[in-house]
Amino acid sequence: MSHLAYVGVLAFCLAGTAWLEVALRTRVYRRWRRLLATIACVLPVFVIWDLYAIAQGHWTFDPERTTGILFPGNLPLDEVLFFLVIPIASVLTLEAVRSAKGWSVGDDPSEPEDAP
Amino acid sequence: MTYTQLAVAGVLATIALDLWVLRTRLLRRRVFWVSYAIIVFFQLVTNGVLTGLRIVRYDGDAILGGDLPVFLGEGRIAYAPVEDLLFGFALVVQTLAWWVFWGRRGVQREPRSGPPRMWLRGGALGSAGSDGPPPGREGDGEAP
Repeated sequence: MSHLAYVGVLAFCLAGTAWLEVALRTRVYRRWRRLLATIACVLPVFVIWDLYAIAQGHWTFDPERTTGILFPGNLPLDEVLFFLVIPIASVLTLEAVRSAKGWSVGDDPSEPEDAP
Repeated sequence: MTYTQLAVAGVLATIALDLWVLRTRLLRRRVFWVSYAIIVFFQLVTNGVLTGLRIVRYDGDAILGGDLPVFLGEGRIAYAPVEDLLFGFALVVQTLAWWVFWGRRGVQREPRSGPPRMWLRGGALGSAGSDGPPPGREGDGEAP
């Protein structure tokens, strides 16, 4: 079980935000193509950062409390999942605040790009 | 480069991405800062678990603080190196900027979020009356 410690934290993040999709009608999972396009733009940047940091020894992972599944460059599966889960949780939070407060996030075509 | 240097560079690049490259300008919106306040609270909690339990460990030569996780001080906040706050800021802002960018480009702009379900409105959230129309969408979206 301890190998699931890291992914357990990620599961907490997923479960802790999933209810927003229902309660606040965030419609983030429903807009999965937009979500995937977003992740596709962000994930490579941070995987490269991670690979560099691992190569330089900036950080290391406890092999006892991560899955032990490694991608080339000693990148743990746990880390790749992190870069999936955190963007999803972040977008859900943004759309939840927008739902609750009615504030614009700037994706409205009627809104000029240069709006202050 | 150290983690400290990379984290600062990452934040600067992220600010440039939002304000000038994608022109999404989330950093000038109230909706972003309220969302980020919520996100950063949970980041401190979850990252505190990952670093406090030493599931992720940092090299003292790469960060402002030392090898060992301290709850507060020695370059650490809730066990995590302060650099993690910059890393998280970059990850979150880049994510949200691309989300808005793709929406603006017409990738599933609809269906937009909200309104909250009846049993949430008027109660905990308090932003709209229980029978009222969805909250207005213009005029109040900009930071002062």
